[in-house]
Amino acid sequence: MNYKLIISIARSLLLARWKQTLVAAIGVTFSITMFITLLSFMTGLNDLLDGLILNRSPHVRLYNEIKPNKIQPINFSKDYINYHNFIHSIKSTNSREEIYNNGSIMEALKNDNRVLGFAPKLTAQVFFNEGSININGLINGVDIIAESELFFFNDYLISGKELDLKNVSNSIVLGKGLAEKLLANVGDVIQITTSQGEIFPLKVVGLFQSGLQEIDKLQSYASIGTTQKILGKSKNHITDIQIKLKDITQAPAIAKEYAQLFQTDAEDIQTASSQFETGSSVRTIISYSVGITLLVVAGFGIYNILNMMIYEKMDSIAILKATGFSGKDVNMIFLVIALSIGFFGGFGGLFFGFILSSVIDQIPFNTAALPTITTYPINYNPVFYIIGSFFSLVTTYLAGWFPARKASKVDPVIIIRGK
Amino acid sequence: MSEIILEAQHISKSFHDPVTIKVLNDISFTINKGEFVSITGKSGCGKSTLLYILSTMDTDYEGDLLIDKQSMKNKKEADLARLRNEKIGFVFQFHYLLNEFSVLQNVMLPGLKLNKYSEQEVEHRAMEHLKTLDIQKLYSKKANQLSGGEKQRVAIARALINDPYIIMGDEPTGNLDKKNSEIVFEIFKQLCDEHNQTLMIVTHDQSFSKKTNRIIEMEDGKIISQ
Ligand SMILES: Nc1ncnc2c1ncn2[C@@H]1O[C@H](COP(=O)(O)OP(=O)(O)OP(=O)(O)O)[C@@H](O)[C@H]1O
Ligand SMILES: [Mg+2]
Repeated sequence: MNYKLIISIARSLLLARWKQTLVAAIGVTFSITMFITLLSFMTGLNDLLDGLILNRSPHVRLYNEIKPNKIQPINFSKDYINYHNFIHSIKSTNSREEIYNNGSIMEALKNDNRVLGFAPKLTAQVFFNEGSININGLINGVDIIAESELFFFNDYLISGKELDLKNVSNSIVLGKGLAEKLLANVGDVIQITTSQGEIFPLKVVGLFQSGLQEIDKLQSYASIGTTQKILGKSKNHITDIQIKLKDITQAPAIAKEYAQLFQTDAEDIQTASSQFETGSSVRTIISYSVGITLLVVAGFGIYNILNMMIYEKMDSIAILKATGFSGKDVNMIFLVIALSIGFFGGFGGLFFGFILSSVIDQIPFNTAALPTITTYPINYNPVFYIIGSFFSLVTTYLAGWFPARKASKVDPVIIIRGK
Repeated sequence: MSEIILEAQHISKSFHDPVTIKVLNDISFTINKGEFVSITGKSGCGKSTLLYILSTMDTDYEGDLLIDKQSMKNKKEADLARLRNEKIGFVFQFHYLLNEFSVLQNVMLPGLKLNKYSEQEVEHRAMEHLKTLDIQKLYSKKANQLSGGEKQRVAIARALINDPYIIMGDEPTGNLDKKNSEIVFEIFKQLCDEHNQTLMIVTHDQSFSKKTNRIIEMEDGKIISQ
């Protein structure tokens, strides 16, 4: 088939009706623009919210749940081994929050090449003293270097230096809300009371704001050593190991494996924040469906315009057929018309979509909850542009399919006789 | 001189809308190379219907049609389109040019579709035909800016572009004044005499048909003299 000829005929037919063509193409441009902008913005927002929780969550967390021992004394008795024993009011004795043998666990993690990194942690429940009032709070004992590297601690630090936590002894980084309650600022010394009743002075070396008020009002960070001192525990007392994996999708499988291997509890991120995932995917589905709806509407526009064009061009179609163009050629001509509307309209849409999302990217967006964000978030994922151009071509192809078929079936005898 | 170009064998056709009417009844004849044939008859006797069948555009008939000794029965639509493109040139009463294209492009289109010569060659040949028909000055005009007589000459140039076996016309002078009709007739005559071109023209015009080599006269779907 002579594609060059087909394309040049299609072009002449298009240009002869360039106003209609333009309207059809603008329809496609508009929907692709909205599609790109919507997805870039929604995904940007998703990423931001993901960052809020998922970035700070370990992919796998090793810990020990305080719970009753699975094997109760009666199970040791040979006399009752074949009985079904009902035991009431079991207490959780003998089980400790501490992860046993955490040194060798960490050694094993270091050698596991699926692991991106890990950060040990322990928490201490304390009271912050504000005059005669005691404020309930939590101290997270962390390895500040690992914490910054894996969980972007720096992003949330609004004053002070995170390394001071390591370098200054008995130091603490307070949540912003907590610091406000305590009227404390960087450089001040505050007092806490441990659960054992001891009073302990700590120097404030920084303030953080996580974006989640509940956390900022309650939590603070200290080094592992300081926290162990506060709790009066030994140097190897660790209650949590937070692991980041290279591939987040492997988390559930690896969590199961570690629970077996290390004899601890292990929680994967998918289980820990499943409701969060749902929110993200709902937003994505909404953006796709709005974008595709717009495209379908544009598709009907193209369908109408092509149908009208075919009625107008009946004579031309009859002549083309009489002079030797087959139904297939005519079909191709109208498909080329439809696809070029899709191509140029879609291309314009990608361009304007990019422009519009860059404009949104410049709009200031300041919120106390998100200290690192200054403008509306936009995700410039090239995948959206690929999907957009793909959809614009598919929609226009489908919109052109029926009119093109109709054109190919035009009987020249009827047209010529009808004159 | 007696090479057969086209042969109609017992062609019959009926329309079934709303009642069955037999419009063509057992039509048989042959046309030899270089003949200038006119088909005449009263209005409604089936001339146009016959021409659409002979032109391969209408495939719904009984009997057989041979063009260049090949049967047209059971040929696919695409093959028939190719055959029309290569072997048949058309001139209609209403001029049927493509208004989106210039005169030159209109003449060139069937040539480009045939794809036998390069684009430059097709253009050159088109210009030659326009020159013989004395309309080369109009080559860059849009088709809808021409007069009726000019349009008809462009249509003839288009019919000639692929050196067809036969040129078919359905009342090509039906819409022209006397002077233009004569010009068109002279062109046909010249093509026949100088280039041994075969022509088959349906016409009402007695003065036109009288001047042709052979008259096929029809009445009520039958040939009454040829
Ligand atoms: N689509 C159709 N359905 C039913 N009858 C038709 C159809 N087309 C043509 N006819 C009938 O067939 C007969 C022949 O028509 P045709 O157009 O071939 O006549 P014609 O000889 O060309 O007449 P004219 O000289 O007026 O052009 C007419 O009686 C016409 O009414
Ligand atoms: Mg007729």
